[in-house]
Amino acid sequence: MSDTGKDKKGFFESLNQGPPTDEFIKGLWRDNPVFVQVLGMCPVLAVSNTAMNALAMGLATAFVLLMSNILVSSLRNFIPKQVRIASYILIIATFVTITDYAIQAISVDLHKALGAFISLIVVNCLILSRAEAFASKNTIGKSIMDALGMGVGFTFALLCLGAVREVFGNGTIFNFPVFPDGFQNWIVMILPAGGFFTLAIWLLIFNIAKERKAASS
Amino acid sequence: MKEESLWYIFINASLINNFVLAYFLGICPFLGVSGKMETASKMGGAVTFVMLISSMCAYGIHAFLEAINAPFLQLISFIVVIASTVQLVEMFIRKMSPTLFRALGIFLPLITTNCAILGLALFQTSKGYGFIESIVYASGAGAGFTLALVLIAGLREKLDFADVPNVVKGTALTLLIAGILSLSFMGFAGLGG
Repeated sequence: MSDTGKDKKGFFESLNQGPPTDEFIKGLWRDNPVFVQVLGMCPVLAVSNTAMNALAMGLATAFVLLMSNILVSSLRNFIPKQVRIASYILIIATFVTITDYAIQAISVDLHKALGAFISLIVVNCLILSRAEAFASKNTIGKSIMDALGMGVGFTFALLCLGAVREVFGNGTIFNFPVFPDGFQNWIVMILPAGGFFTLAIWLLIFNIAKERKAASS
Repeated sequence: MKEESLWYIFINASLINNFVLAYFLGICPFLGVSGKMETASKMGGAVTFVMLISSMCAYGIHAFLEAINAPFLQLISFIVVIASTVQLVEMFIRKMSPTLFRALGIFLPLITTNCAILGLALFQTSKGYGFIESIVYASGAGAGFTLALVLIAGLREKLDFADVPNVVKGTALTLLIAGILSLSFMGFAGLGG
């Protein structure tokens, strides 16, 4: 990055019009799909009861997001405007079917744990919104960066939730015990209600961080 | 599956395993349109209607795909049917009630990507429900979705006048209420018998 002519602007502003890495970074933090945009909530809450499930779900979603972004972006000049949403959904559904069968082939246990939620990646608002808002208007390279950033951001958010819920609800992380014997598991964290509470608390933390930042600048 | 009475299927889908509060399906419209009681109940009605139609179609499609031995097409055909049903409902509502059409706004076409509807189609297939059972399951799920949406809308309308800290306002608060509601819905677990 050369800083000629850019030094008068702020660091973040230079990032804004900067190289493709920006598309990657924005999904990680500034526009994090879960904590900032609040998209794709259903899988976030449903499969984040253990860290392992959360990681698998995040990776599966990231893969579908990447592939559909690539295809949508490369077909963006051929798809008529009137039928674009239907075409996007068909593209996404195809990749989800592939992912579903792939996971079944890799690990039957994992497939059982995730259940119908792999198929439900189709209706994850995040993927459709990236296809519509980004991939259909940008080049393939940029779309790949965007998908990677959003995918990693999504996986990161899922892990945040899954780890917290597993540690308190089960006393383990990735099946390794973290608490000494005699720790009373907080069953509520594994239950559906725990998903709502954990996400609410993460959102609160993000809100507080945002407010601090706004107050200091 | 024979032991499950229709009544049990209905109660199971609407209360015990409520789609929103136990399966986390349909969270997007749940967070989006649950601000006002009136919009919420109409949204619930629209979703229930789409659920009923797509559940019937899903039953037919599943039987057909089994017959031609192509189960991998299941997901794609389900989503296409749901998308067309939503399109139909959208045209119907625009004709019948332009006010409601404006109130629902972007969330009407988004019913397509409402996980609750695709989830319903997938669950009924994996549970192996027959035609009548599927319809009862769909109406139970729709009733449960509407119930959850209306309950949250009522609570949020009250909370508009409450004095809450600024950081909590918005999604975080709605999620907290949803968590408490979800806890209370667990009380229904004994109903199935």
